[in-house]
Amino acid sequence: MSTEDTIKISAKNVQVHYDDTHAIKDVNVEIADKAVTAFIGPSGCGKSTFLRCINRMNDTIDICRVTGEILIDGEDIYDKRVDPVQLRAKVGMVFQKPNPFPKSIYDNVAYGPRIHGLANSKSELDDIVENALRRSAIWDEVKDRLQAPGTGLSGGQQQRLCIARAVATEPQVLLMDEPCSSLDPIATVQVEELIDDLRKSYCVVIVTHSMHQAARVSQKTAFFHLGNLVEFGDTDKIFTNPEDPRTESYISGRIG
Amino acid sequence: MSLSMSVLIVIALSIVGYVLAPRRALRLVGGDRRKLASLPKQYGLSAGLSVFLPAMLIALLGGIGGVAGSVLPVIIVAVAIGACCLAILKSRPDFIARNSAETLIKAVLIAASGVAILTTIGIVMSLVFETANFFRDYSWTDFFFSTTWSPNFRGDSALGILPLLWGTLYISFIALAFAVPIGLFAAIYLSEYASPRMRSVAKPAIEILAGIPTIVYGLFALITVGPFLRDYFAAPLGLEQSASSVMTAGLVMGVMLIPFVSSLSDDIINAVPQAMRDGSFGLGATKSETIRQVVIPAALPGIVGAVLLAASRAIGETMIVVLGAGAAASMSLNPFEAMTTVTVKIVSQLTGDTDFASPETLVAFALALTLFVITLGLNVVALFIVRKYREQYE
Ligand SMILES: Nc1ncnc2c1ncn2[C@@H]1O[C@H](COP(=O)(O)OP(=O)(O)OP(=O)(O)O)[C@@H](O)[C@H]1O
Ligand SMILES: [Mg+2]
Repeated sequence: MSTEDTIKISAKNVQVHYDDTHAIKDVNVEIADKAVTAFIGPSGCGKSTFLRCINRMNDTIDICRVTGEILIDGEDIYDKRVDPVQLRAKVGMVFQKPNPFPKSIYDNVAYGPRIHGLANSKSELDDIVENALRRSAIWDEVKDRLQAPGTGLSGGQQQRLCIARAVATEPQVLLMDEPCSSLDPIATVQVEELIDDLRKSYCVVIVTHSMHQAARVSQKTAFFHLGNLVEFGDTDKIFTNPEDPRTESYISGRIG
Repeated sequence: MSLSMSVLIVIALSIVGYVLAPRRALRLVGGDRRKLASLPKQYGLSAGLSVFLPAMLIALLGGIGGVAGSVLPVIIVAVAIGACCLAILKSRPDFIARNSAETLIKAVLIAASGVAILTTIGIVMSLVFETANFFRDYSWTDFFFSTTWSPNFRGDSALGILPLLWGTLYISFIALAFAVPIGLFAAIYLSEYASPRMRSVAKPAIEILAGIPTIVYGLFALITVGPFLRDYFAAPLGLEQSASSVMTAGLVMGVMLIPFVSSLSDDIINAVPQAMRDGSFGLGATKSETIRQVVIPAALPGIVGAVLLAASRAIGETMIVVLGAGAAASMSLNPFEAMTTVTVKIVSQLTGDTDFASPETLVAFALALTLFVITLGLNVVALFIVRKYREQYE
């Protein structure tokens, strides 16, 4: 487990405001590479907001202001010289609701590689698409209908397609905002297995409302409450022996 | 007794029913409205409508059926009086006026949509009827396939639709070629780039264009655009000396169509879920990549619908063409030449002359029917495209 110790992302004094709402209050956290980190906490505590800071998706919201530093591989991503568009190619994102584009399954997955010029030829692109779909455990279900619209898949298939789409761009970090919230238990298990597999190559950060899911898939857990990062540490420790009373009451179901 | 008199009497009787029916019901229960099966005003509504509707139905049917003008008003008033007495008698405490009023209101709504549909059918029927008359006098092959249009009143007119159709399509094509890119780009700017303040100013400003009467556009074409194009483009290029031209009418019509295209496309682009854009940004796409590859394809069916709608506007437009393109039927490729369209010729064949029996006037109906079929076809195609994509992506 020595690889877990390399720090991929480190946030220093991060503050986020939406107009007057102070959504993230002075958060410091270090996220390990080749590991799954889970963000948990009650609704509205700022998990999604913080996750969106990591790939600067908050830039697309006019009223959102971010201060502080977030370093990926030691580089401040909020530095003026960093292009958020290129950053997002490196830091992929999977959203809460599956949002395949109204295109074919193939084109959905090929979207990122095409934009970033990752393939030199059609056959290379075919390989990238096949690989991404295989890694996302959906290849067998769609291999015969790659030209069918992605929106025609079931919810769970769509979410795995979105994961494949993110994986195809070869990101270093994968951010997932409640990726299983619209899935049934079977699809959830599939996606969880997939996350566990993705951990071998990526730094994965996942927001989840399910305590069980956090316990099953993550190595580190961060507990947010009202915009504060209350507690951060090994998942086992957070769930068995939390230090902060707020964490304790949340995981035992007293605040929610 | 005249028909309008009888209608006034029907209205008066309806009001009588509306006022008396609830009173009677209330009197029968000694003024305690809680003992009534329905609210007093529902008794009124039910009675009023059950007088008004049957009488009006009789008026309509009698009118269509050609019942004599002296008899019809009497029948109408008799029916109304009968219905009024019946409605008041029926107005007992245990009568469920609520349901009866519901049914009658539904009947009113059905009648309203019936009027809309029947008038459409009526218009088509009269077109078809007159067109049939026309083809009795004039060969349909000549009408559809002859390339000359030269009506006269000596009896040897050449009435080929092709030059007119060519003018219509040519002008519409120029108008759309001008309006679609500009309207679409304006819509993209408004919905994706403009700040809310900019949008709140620019959108209404563009929509003002849609409120300008077409005759004003026509004047603009006649006195500004036409001479300008002639003096700076056509004449120097040695193409043509006329101020009226396909280009003039096409460009001005294009200006008129911009708000159609932009306003509809803007609404459609706004309806593309934000999740689509987020998904694309999240993969490292730039704004314009996102718009080109995700937003526009997702909005495409709606945009196609908007364009086809603009096309049927263009095909049916008359005023701009009269003043901008001239009245000479010709089939030339030169965009600076004067040409004319189907609509203009419909107007000119029917003005001045009141004899509706000669092929020279009846041809207007054949022209109108052809135009109608074309725009109908466009609308059907538009609906088909929109529906097909909606099934696929929803
Ligand atoms: N686009 C926005 N505009 C204004 N305020 C926002 C916006 N997005 C989030 N907020 C506010 O920021 C705070 C944190 O929201 P966030 O979406 O990060 O919560 P969350 O922890 O992800 O909640 P959930 O578990 O329900 O998804 C909330 O108070 C919310 O109202
Ligand atoms: Mg959230």
